[in-house]
Formats: sequence, C-alpha cells, structure tokens
Amino acid sequence: MYQERTATRPIGSAIETNKVLRNTYALLSMTLIFSAAMAAISVVSQVSYGIGLIATIAGIVMLWFVLPRTANSATGIPVIFAITGLLGFGLGPIVGYYLAANPTIVMTALGGTAVIFLGLSAYALTTRKDFSFLAGFLFVGFFVVLAAALANIFLEIPALFLAVNAAIVLIMSGFILFQTSSIIHGGETNYIMATAGIFLSLLNMFQALLHLLGAFGNE
Amino acid sequence: MGWEKIATAVLLGAMLIFIFPRMRHALNNAPKGSAEDWKGFLFPIALVVGFVVLLILLVK
Repeated sequence: MYQERTATRPIGSAIETNKVLRNTYALLSMTLIFSAAMAAISVVSQVSYGIGLIATIAGIVMLWFVLPRTANSATGIPVIFAITGLLGFGLGPIVGYYLAANPTIVMTALGGTAVIFLGLSAYALTTRKDFSFLAGFLFVGFFVVLAAALANIFLEIPALFLAVNAAIVLIMSGFILFQTSSIIHGGETNYIMATAGIFLSLLNMFQALLHLLGAFGNE
Repeated sequence: MGWEKIATAVLLGAMLIFIFPRMRHALNNAPKGSAEDWKGFLFPIALVVGFVVLLILLVK
C-alpha cells in the first residue's frame, strides 16, 4: 500500500495509473448518481431512521466482508453498486429531516462537498504530491473521531457533536488527498477499491457538513 | 435508550475494532513526511476550513 517514492516512473506504469484514475472517476460518478437516486427513493417513501440504519449496516458489512473478496473480478461492480445504493438509502432519513426543516442546508452541503472534492482532487492531480505520509495521521484521527462519536451517543454533548463533525470534514479532506495521491503514485491499482474509498470520504463529508450547517443554521 | 442508539453504538464499536489493525499498519509502515510535505497538506486543509466557515455564514 505504501510504496517507496520515485522521481520518475516507466511510461507503461503511467498509462496504467491514468487508466485506474479514469475508471475510478467514471465508476465514482455512476455510483454517486445511483446512491443519490436511492437516497431520493428513501426520502420520498419517508423511510424511518431505523430502516435507514439497517441499510447502512448492511452496506458497511458488504464493504468489509464482500467487496475485498470480489474487487478483483467483474462481480465487484454489482457489489460496489449494492454498497453505495444501501449507503445512499441509509442516508435518506437524515436528508429528509433536513429537507423538511430547511432545503437550503441540504443544497449547500451538497454543493460544498462537490466543491471541496473537486478542489482537493485538482490540487492532488496538478501538484502530483505524494500524500502517503498522511496514512498514520489520518487513521489515528479517524479512530479518535469514531471513539468520540461513540462516547457522545451516551454523553449527548452538543459541542462534542459539532467538534466530531468538524473533525470528520477535515479528516475526509485528508483522505481524498491521500486516496487520489495513492492512485497517481501507483499505491492503489484497483479502481473498485479506489471508488469505494473516495465514495466513503464523500458520503462522510456530506453527512458531517449537513450536521454542521444544520446546527449553525439553527435546525 | 432506543434500539437505534444501541445499534449505532455497536456499529461504531465494530468500526473501531475494524480500523485498529489498519491504523497500526499505517503507523508502522507509512513514510514520514518532511516539513515541506506537511506544508503541502496544510495549505489545502486551511482552504477547506475557510470554505466551511463561509458555508456556515451563508446558512446562518
């Protein structure tokens, strides 16, 4: 996963990298559209938070146990669509809640996520910096944030909720840089796994932005 | 406490268990960044912070 840095790479390797990058962005855009459609179905049918949670858990279980076993075959494509569909469906109740309260918040969070993703991807692609040194920092940060989120289920401290969501936006920004750089530098050669990683970063970032904007917008 | 809260707690606990070995692997194997590398990371992150503050001001 963490390959040594090299100043120059063979032409064949560069072509392979471009292919992975192109396939990743193509699959990412298709899964995002599919996930948004599933979220829309979830919102329109007014799915409860419990059903949304079950869909999310099913998506995460597939992500952990099914995707790694299928990512190197054609079966990986329907699996990644199933995962992103379930996660999108699971997001429906939260999106529905904010749409009912203030639709501007949802649109702002959506636009904000898109701008951050495009900006960070453009930065990683144009500078071609190697962000593999971020791996330890990002995983430790994510671990701490998850532990804080778990504690806050029982503590219910609003300030901690905001801090966790602010931290998620920053950590997911770091993951986008890390994952894009990993594709560019040949660390990630499987476009299905690359898509899953970037999709999760975007989903987490959108959800965290939604909560942050909702809290500051008094919703 | 509703079952949704318990299920969310179990899910977050499982995520912690799942991430822990990856975190250890990353800490042991990832290359160390130079001051220049960190500057190259902090610059776009600072822009993200500024942008999020702008979004918050927009919805306030």
